[in-house]
Amino acid sequence: MNEHWTLFKRNLRDFWKAFHRNKLGLLGGFLVLTAIIVAVCAPLLTPYQPTEIIRDENGRGLTFAPPSVHKPLGTDDAGRDIWTQLIYGARISLSVGFLAGFIAMFVGSLFGILAGYFGGHLDNLLMRITDILLVIPDLPLMLVLVATVRQLDLGISPLVVLTAVIGLLYWTSTARLIRSQVLTIKERQFVDRARAIGAGHFHIIRKHILPQIMPLIVANTVLVLSIAILIESGLAFLGLGDPTRPSWGAMLNFAFDRSAVTNGAWWFYLPPGLAIVWVSLGCVLLGNVLEEMLNPRLMAHHLEGGQSMIAVSGKGSE
Amino acid sequence: MNETLRPNSGQVLLSVRHLATEFHLADKQVARALEDVSFDVLPGQTVGLVGESGCGKTTTLMSVMRLLPSNGRITSGNVFFKGNDLLALSEREMRDHRWKDMAIIFQGAMNALNPVMRIGDQIREAILLHNLMDRDPAEHRVGELLELVGIPRSRRDQYPHQYSGGMRQRAMIAMALACSPDLLFADEPTTALDVMIQAQILELLKEIQQKLGLAIVLVTHDLGVVAEMCDDVVVMYGGKVAEYGPAELVYNQPQHPYTQRLLEAFPDLNRSNDPSTGKDLATIPGTPPRLNALPPGCRFSPRCHKSMEVCTQVTPDLLTQNTFVSSGARHLAACHLLDNEGIQKS
Repeated sequence: MNEHWTLFKRNLRDFWKAFHRNKLGLLGGFLVLTAIIVAVCAPLLTPYQPTEIIRDENGRGLTFAPPSVHKPLGTDDAGRDIWTQLIYGARISLSVGFLAGFIAMFVGSLFGILAGYFGGHLDNLLMRITDILLVIPDLPLMLVLVATVRQLDLGISPLVVLTAVIGLLYWTSTARLIRSQVLTIKERQFVDRARAIGAGHFHIIRKHILPQIMPLIVANTVLVLSIAILIESGLAFLGLGDPTRPSWGAMLNFAFDRSAVTNGAWWFYLPPGLAIVWVSLGCVLLGNVLEEMLNPRLMAHHLEGGQSMIAVSGKGSE
Repeated sequence: MNETLRPNSGQVLLSVRHLATEFHLADKQVARALEDVSFDVLPGQTVGLVGESGCGKTTTLMSVMRLLPSNGRITSGNVFFKGNDLLALSEREMRDHRWKDMAIIFQGAMNALNPVMRIGDQIREAILLHNLMDRDPAEHRVGELLELVGIPRSRRDQYPHQYSGGMRQRAMIAMALACSPDLLFADEPTTALDVMIQAQILELLKEIQQKLGLAIVLVTHDLGVVAEMCDDVVVMYGGKVAEYGPAELVYNQPQHPYTQRLLEAFPDLNRSNDPSTGKDLATIPGTPPRLNALPPGCRFSPRCHKSMEVCTQVTPDLLTQNTFVSSGARHLAACHLLDNEGIQKS
């Protein structure tokens, strides 16, 4: 057990070393991490509640007040603090985005593994479903689905509906990616050996296939997260979010509905837009770097050698 | 059906009868990869499967273990293991037999090891899978197995890429022994290894066989290895058994023209020293038949120097056209040159 722990620590250290060298990856990690920290610590970072109206001495709401010391990002049309809304909105945007991303990843991986591993009719069936979802335009389909479910009045929170719809529609590219990888791995001879020792399908998938595609899944998850956050913002901007708990997309929706642009209140619509860019850029950078680091085919050949592999030669010889 | 090919020998461990396997290719073509393959393996015996590339040696092993790729199908025949017909079992029942009763060393250990799994874990995998032991005794067994094949226990936690080619092959052997099988299939266990290591691996196999008393089916195209290691030899050609018998008899009195030419094609240090027979190394003209376009009659007839008219019309049968050479074991050859009493006609 102790040995495993040291090995794990060493792996982690190696990982960090490689990761540390990549400046873009570090930037991506920083962007994502700050967004998460801000979302988690939201109540500590503001004296107001997101729905609280800031009033002047006369008790009148400060509408469209520009940024100042007490309200760093100004107020909206009702006199509520934008900064407060932004950091509380981060909670909604990130949780919907992350949850939807993970659902998409899970469904995609499951479809990809089953289709790739079992092949034949199951592969055909699953891949045709994937093809159908791929060719239907996503946005109209999601709009229709979300609107329909809302119309049914099932008492489900709009955020849950949003999460489910994004998660259950955005797994197609993942499924194809994972399937192609599984197709190559299952032809490897160690899978034959696993069959020869009497292993069943579940055992082979769990012990021999999954560990090989895990890096791909991890890297792809981060990329899918950014897409999920963008989609959530888009749908919320179109008014499909939860108006009582606004995400960044919903904030943009409010800003445009309440003519922030004509009032010149840039502090109302710029911050949520930039926040979306912040997080999705962070995810993309992080995802690309993780893919590069974890994908053995993109990895440098060991004979090229890093610093650690080159025998130390005295500098005096040059 | 299950008449013994080895009279006076007591219990037969593995008995393959009239095994036929097909592969379905694209364009609805069918490759008859195996036809009428029959042989026996006795407990503790070593049987060599020899033949050119593509003659069905590996397919025979895979058919017996029922590990054919999805386009392969066993069309007829029986495989009896200790009297049970393996082909009649369900896939789930078959799983229990694999590795516990018969294990296989694959061609090229490099690819048969999972690159991201520790060697020890891979050896332990089969033991835990068959619920033979708990984790701790299994761990102990892994250490024993590693030592048995000459790998220090300290290297248990290493990955395959940290092993040399010979060590990987040793690890594969340790893995094959994990569940104490009665029968070990070794599919060209020494290809891709240099000659020194080849000798070591074969030595190890022999040693293990003596220690554990298991039977080995050795697939190879090295006739020297067969002569050194095997009790019985099955010579295969184009998916059929051409000749089958005790190694000594097959080598010294080959009955099938294919075996005769094959042995002549094998370099022999003594032969070239003898001026009377000092001739060039023989070759067999032509190529093995394509399995989706087989010649009628005997599959070897187009290349056979003793081909007769009947050879291109009637397929010779191994089990009826047999020859009794010695009382203990039958020496069989599927050839029209032999009549039912096994006397060469020519």
